[in-house]
Amino acid sequence: MIIDGRARVLGDDVNTDYIISSRRKRETIDATALAAFLLEGVDPAFAASVRPGDVIVAGRNFGCGSAMEVAATVILAAGIRAVVASSFARSFHRNAINNGLLVLVADTSGVREGAPVRMVVADDDARFEDVAGGVVRPAAPLPPIMRDILAAGGLVGYLKANGRFCEHPPREAPCRP
Amino acid sequence: MTAKTMAEQVLSARSGTDARAGDVVVCDVDVVLGTDGSGPMAIDYFGAMGGTRLARPGTVFFSLDHYAPPTTDATRAFHARIRAFAAAHGATVFGVGEGISHQLAAERGIVRPGTLLAGADSHAVTCGALNAFAIGVGSSDLAAAMLTGQAWLRVPQTIRVRLDGALGAGASAKDAALTLVAMLGADGADYHAIEFAGSGVATLGMDDRFVFSNLMVEAGAKAALFPFDACTESYLFAAGVSASAYAPVASHAGAAFAGDRVLDLSAIGPCVARPHAPDDVVVLADAAGTPVQMVFVGTCTGGRVADFHAMRRAFDAAGGRVAPGVQLVLTPASAPVLEALMHDGTLTHLIAAGADVTTVGCGACCGTSGVIPSDGATVLSTANRNFKGRMGAATARIFLASPAVCGAAAATGRIPSSLTDREAP
Ligand code: SF4
Repeated sequence: MIIDGRARVLGDDVNTDYIISSRRKRETIDATALAAFLLEGVDPAFAASVRPGDVIVAGRNFGCGSAMEVAATVILAAGIRAVVASSFARSFHRNAINNGLLVLVADTSGVREGAPVRMVVADDDARFEDVAGGVVRPAAPLPPIMRDILAAGGLVGYLKANGRFCEHPPREAPCRP
Repeated sequence: MTAKTMAEQVLSARSGTDARAGDVVVCDVDVVLGTDGSGPMAIDYFGAMGGTRLARPGTVFFSLDHYAPPTTDATRAFHARIRAFAAAHGATVFGVGEGISHQLAAERGIVRPGTLLAGADSHAVTCGALNAFAIGVGSSDLAAAMLTGQAWLRVPQTIRVRLDGALGAGASAKDAALTLVAMLGADGADYHAIEFAGSGVATLGMDDRFVFSNLMVEAGAKAALFPFDACTESYLFAAGVSASAYAPVASHAGAAFAGDRVLDLSAIGPCVARPHAPDDVVVLADAAGTPVQMVFVGTCTGGRVADFHAMRRAFDAAGGRVAPGVQLVLTPASAPVLEALMHDGTLTHLIAAGADVTTVGCGACCGTSGVIPSDGATVLSTANRNFKGRMGAATARIFLASPAVCGAAAATGRIPSSLTDREAP
């Protein structure tokens, strides 16, 4: 899987309340409607400036705080394809994978706002490239189950296809198909 | 068999494998806990996954706590959907006014030592105080657990936190836990479990342990487990759970830890977390004198009986009347907490002194129900998060503190410089 996009640079400790405020959820949890308020706590102009295919490039501990899943779905609904950060809070990381939003852990220092970036995920390799700067950084590889869920477009597709969670290596009969 | 941490033992037992830190395992989930915040999306995911029945209806619970009571058409509809779904599938719903999800899981004996709880709320980690592996998940993981009875988990490495000594006068579990969050940093326990150990554990009651486990998610922890002891056992007994109904875990001698930290409880003093980060913790003196316009006592961190008692003592010692220009908001974490405070006169006393009491649940904690601070207000709260906009007002400044510090501030209108002996919890 290769994703190319434009870097949207954020700092450390961007929590899920900043990604989308709980207050907004009193009116709707429809991610498409909420996308207009994406990251309003960080920058009120952010949502309007997102172009389809943008990639969030963040610092440490992205998605900390509440485990609310709209924080992941609203990023997707805004047209963002992937998030790369030097670290994630675990609940956001899970929610992202479960919705088919690629998340990669890699050194993100020095990437400039608007710079073209590329993410590559293969079976035993994952990396993040700052294309303009010519910098290639190794990313933490994703375990097989996460790659399977991503490949299915998220947990819904995965469970529809398999009916249950499959292990690597499998303990029981292989998952269908 | 080699030595294992508590986390490795619970996840080995629940997955039927020899689970080690770093492994990815598929586990049977013992308790599946949703809220009105995460539940509606979980029901959507469940339907999209093709779900027609719950794998184990008796293990699925929803609490209507975040929108208690609902104040918009959208949130009324969330509650109606959850009620209809639970009725159709045999899950249990705790209604508006019954309490916060993880508080109910604990006090009703739903979560037990040695078990795996997946709660669609980041503060589900609170239940780790009962020697359980309790994690926060999102709505899709909740739906998957409802559908399959299982969750995939990466077995975390564990940071061991040794608690030494005992809390002195003026210090509370909240002060100690905030100090620990600052010590670890907001991402210091990302992807890790925390295990508490040491002689200080026995000096802490269950209400104190819930505060510790609760706040560890502010350092990124996946779970925060206390050892099982006589205190755990008597809490569970009072909740109607006999010792034959569970199998506690204790880490094996020689188990491998990713880190060892030490917190000397006897060195802890009152402190506050400053806006807008729970790990920006300073000693009380560094924030003393800051005028406050709202004081909030409640939430899954600071809304239990012992919290209101500590708050009342400090409030009375500092004058016993709500200071002019201050709104004191009290929101008990569960119906039994509310009842206990009614019976022992705490609420009558505090209402007469000028406090407002709101519906049991999350209240003003995250801006979904309850009182929203005024623009530009400074708030002092017993909660766990003080992110900008957290309580629904983007311009409010939220300080986090112990119930006693909140009590003193409610009576004086300012963050106190210290707690007198009479105010000490
Ligand atoms: S009280 Fe606050 S932190 Fe606790 S579950 Fe409710 S909203 Fe979350």
